[in-house]
Amino acid sequence: MSNRNRPITWWFVILLIVAFAQCVCAQSSTAASPSSDTATRLAKLEQQVADAKGSADNAWMLVSSALVLMMTGPGLALFYCGLVRKKNVLATMMQSFALMAVVTVLWALFSYSFSFGAGNSFFGGFQNLFLRGVGATPDPDYAATIPVQTFMVYQLMFAIITPGLIAGAFAERMKFSAMLLFTAIWSILVYDPMAHMVWGKGGLLNASLGGRFPTLDFAGGTVVHVTSGVSALVCALYLGKRVGYPKEPMPPHSVVLSFIGACLLWVGWFGFNAGSALAAGSLATSAFVATHFGAAAAAVGWAGAEWIRNGKPSVLGGISGAVAGLVAITPAAGFVQPMPALLIGLIAGVFCYWMVAVVKTKLGYDDSLDAFGVHGAGGTLGAILTGVFAVSAVNPIFKDAHGNALPSGLIEGNAHQLLNQFVGIAIAWALAIVGTLVILKFVDVTIGLRVSEEEEVQGLDLSQHGEEGYYWEASA
Amino acid sequence: MTKVEAVIQNSKLEAVKSALQEIGVEGMTVLEVRGHGRQKGHTEVYRGREYSVDLIPKTKIEIVLADTMVDKAVQTILASARTGKIGDGKIFLSRIDEAIRIRNDERGEGAL
Repeated sequence: MSNRNRPITWWFVILLIVAFAQCVCAQSSTAASPSSDTATRLAKLEQQVADAKGSADNAWMLVSSALVLMMTGPGLALFYCGLVRKKNVLATMMQSFALMAVVTVLWALFSYSFSFGAGNSFFGGFQNLFLRGVGATPDPDYAATIPVQTFMVYQLMFAIITPGLIAGAFAERMKFSAMLLFTAIWSILVYDPMAHMVWGKGGLLNASLGGRFPTLDFAGGTVVHVTSGVSALVCALYLGKRVGYPKEPMPPHSVVLSFIGACLLWVGWFGFNAGSALAAGSLATSAFVATHFGAAAAAVGWAGAEWIRNGKPSVLGGISGAVAGLVAITPAAGFVQPMPALLIGLIAGVFCYWMVAVVKTKLGYDDSLDAFGVHGAGGTLGAILTGVFAVSAVNPIFKDAHGNALPSGLIEGNAHQLLNQFVGIAIAWALAIVGTLVILKFVDVTIGLRVSEEEEVQGLDLSQHGEEGYYWEASA
Repeated sequence: MTKVEAVIQNSKLEAVKSALQEIGVEGMTVLEVRGHGRQKGHTEVYRGREYSVDLIPKTKIEIVLADTMVDKAVQTILASARTGKIGDGKIFLSRIDEAIRIRNDERGEGAL
């Protein structure tokens, strides 16, 4: 060791000794307290039990947050990029990735406040701007056993993936700058109000906090899938078809990548749905099971429908089916029992297959990656079926004045809930259509939405990002 | 000198390569190509959309030989590449003006 380093080393050693001494002192000061009377010990024990439960819940919620982020990157990124042509693979992945960065910043600055602040029926307000007040203390209205900061970061992952789904409709032809501007504004004008209405304090559709039209949406069937899916349809219609569609063949360049993405989505979805229980108890388990069953049955449904119609079940069909089932079970996950979950999945698999393979071709719109067919249609179906199959035995969301559980859905005798579901669905559709049209027009008028025909033919990887996804000819 | 271009089934590459090496052919170039003669392609279906694939993956072998070797090479290729079904491929022969070895500038049949 050179002479120059010796003084630094010594200071470091002194610092270590001081730090160690502090730890020892701190420990000894608490260890030596005499055991006092039973009441104090009991209070301490109760606190420790509460802390333990909180720890379990928080651990699960942090894992769930990570799982949901994984759904965007790389889940959705891979699922979508495999479906486009090779020349657009990076651009498609970049659309998901950019949201991980941009939406996070918006969420931290103000979007969390707009969504979950204690505002009015439609808007969360400005109290939690710059995440003021969002710290270690739980917010009992949202989740009583975890720091509200955990809740915030969990919800952030939902805000990230939702606009990413819209990319499925404008893939292969939207300018990157326009996509950034569009999704930033969309996130604020469409996602935040919808999230607030369904999940925020005072929200018009909030079933847990006494909304006027309580909509049962456990993990985001309306908030995430209907809004993004319907917005996707609007985008597809506004932007128009890809150059060469439908005459020129544009098959997926890598079903392998899509497969990997879809499996990551399936696994990640446990965080999305079971994590929406906001705790690690039996409701999380129930949602976990319902999620898995919905995915499985839908994969069978879609692949089965394909097998019958085309004579062969495809891999792409199987994984698309699973995703459709996961979409449909999203609003229902924490409200339905396992057998209805299977049924919801099966119906969603067949229905979304029909939407994508039959309806889309007949109507002729270019929803490149079926964002509307799977998320818009699947989310709407799921929200309706939630109103049918929700039971209070799984989740006593409605209670009378004495705290007794009231019937949730149709099969339990509450037919009225279907009306509430339709209100929630209608508001999601309306907000998505109007909001998206306004934002699209604004972005089109200011910076333009679509790449030039030349850039589209060259491919977005080169024209928007100056990169190639697969440079296999590079010299060894 | 004659160039022999053979478009063959992908599954026959190993057999043709070994057979040619056995008769003393020392150099060849192999390309992955797509194409068709009278062979019909197939249809692929992705999410309900049909794509007819009529350019079928094939393998192309190119060898340049002294004229005396050509007949033997053609017979060898025919024997090792034939399955008897449509899609077996074709062999084309063309004249080569010159062959040059890059390493030492050797020319003519000696360069093959």
